[in-house]
Amino acid sequence: MKQGEVIYRHSRTVRLTHWINALVLLVLLMSGLQIFNAHPALYLGHASDFDHPILAMKAVRDGEAMRGVTTVFGHRYDTTGVFGVGGDAESGYQRRGFTWSMTLPGYRDLATGRRWHFFFAWLFLFNGLLYLLWSFWSGHLRRDLTPSEPELKHIGTSLWDHLRFRFPKGDEAKRYNVLQKLAYLIVVLVLLPLMLLSGLGMSPGMDAAFPWLLDVMGGRQSARTIHFISASLIVLFFVVHIVMVLVSGAWNNLRSMITGRYVVEPAEDKP
Amino acid sequence: MSPRRIDRRNFLMRGMALSGTALLAGCDELSSRPWVRRILDSAETLTRITQRALLSPDALAREFGEDDLSKTFRANGSVRVDDPAYLAHAANGFADWKLEVGGLVENPLQLSLADLRAMPSRTQITRHDCVEGWSCIGKWKGVPLSAVLERARLKPNARYIVFYCADKLGRTGTEADFYYESIGFEDAFHAQTILAYDMNDQALPIPHGAPLRLRVERQLGYKMAKYMMRIAAVESFAGIRGGRGGYWEDYGYEWYAGI
Repeated sequence: MKQGEVIYRHSRTVRLTHWINALVLLVLLMSGLQIFNAHPALYLGHASDFDHPILAMKAVRDGEAMRGVTTVFGHRYDTTGVFGVGGDAESGYQRRGFTWSMTLPGYRDLATGRRWHFFFAWLFLFNGLLYLLWSFWSGHLRRDLTPSEPELKHIGTSLWDHLRFRFPKGDEAKRYNVLQKLAYLIVVLVLLPLMLLSGLGMSPGMDAAFPWLLDVMGGRQSARTIHFISASLIVLFFVVHIVMVLVSGAWNNLRSMITGRYVVEPAEDKP
Repeated sequence: MSPRRIDRRNFLMRGMALSGTALLAGCDELSSRPWVRRILDSAETLTRITQRALLSPDALAREFGEDDLSKTFRANGSVRVDDPAYLAHAANGFADWKLEVGGLVENPLQLSLADLRAMPSRTQITRHDCVEGWSCIGKWKGVPLSAVLERARLKPNARYIVFYCADKLGRTGTEADFYYESIGFEDAFHAQTILAYDMNDQALPIPHGAPLRLRVERQLGYKMAKYMMRIAAVESFAGIRGGRGGYWEDYGYEWYAGI
């Protein structure tokens, strides 16, 4: 096997803010699910129309047993054991949205969940500001994350290569490919800021200070729904991100995000 | 792929799974430690100071139109009161009920519903946000708290207004079971802070806190004490019950419930 070239891939700021963000988002997700479980239903508009949620996880009595019923846009699904109801007749049923093994704390405790959530929301804000300000100032955003026109033109090829788990080599591998650039840009410039805005849109204090929050979000209950959907998209990004990290050289990728050093496999020799 | 790389990957995956489990157990463990609580709770101070700085004292919570009124306005927390004295008041339409206003005031008051209704009033259609996550829109009519406080004439050392209620949420059989709440002057003298006696053009129904409940429109629902019996101006709430300024606050909820 040919020796690869070692490059310095991720700057110190990117590495630091990446890992802080990873930890912070995990805590925010788990404490967020604790908060969601206090009323596991979503609505659109300013107020909750309890008869017409767009999503609701409920516990329904079925004779001696309990069943979990999840309603999505008026369609009912039996989600016993997943959403709505956990446990069984012997150990006792638990009414809930998501399972308590995914929440922080790992049992019903809204007060503590809110404490974790808002403390880490501040960390999220400071870390995010540090990253964004540095990215603008250092040129990281322009240089490393903004796709060029030719890249955008060949997005189809890149997508096809990714689907076959074929990743760039040689000089091509020294920078992010177009799909990476777009995914990261959407996360750092759209989804993460949207989490903050929709989170603030749920705050009665911030709604009074900045009434435009309600107009932008379409109401407090819409803000809550947007918060949930945006969080789900970040989870989806996380899953794809992890798969990509694993299949494109797990150790190399992980090391580059810890020490910064990344081994670029040489491009195949062309005759 | 070489065996060494498989080992490494295996090790990584196991490591991640293990640290995930440890993190979960660790966070539950941490949640119960007082020093962790103190650190987590410090975010409330940061949030309060920041929101107060961003929120002008006159900024109003959005007011809605009649068309926006919720068809069902959920009643939460206590929805009835078992106290015999309260039930006797309820039986005769709260005709003999009186709101006591005391504590650090020059002029303690006893106000009947008729007295309160004779005072200036404010009507507002606002959104009620429960800490659980849902919201309902209702129409409230009541006397501005500022008008009551001006009549009672606060002493200079008064800092907070405490609301004592007739409903019990706890089951310990002590005074600590009764609901209570407190607010600072930013909210006490805010235009939309009213002692509401009407809801949706009717006398305040029992599930919503008859005969009188507080409206603090820039905070969450649990601040808006129902079944109000007594108001006291105090210098500090540290010596009252759990010392955190409210029934739910004593169970770990934020005193500043602007978020």
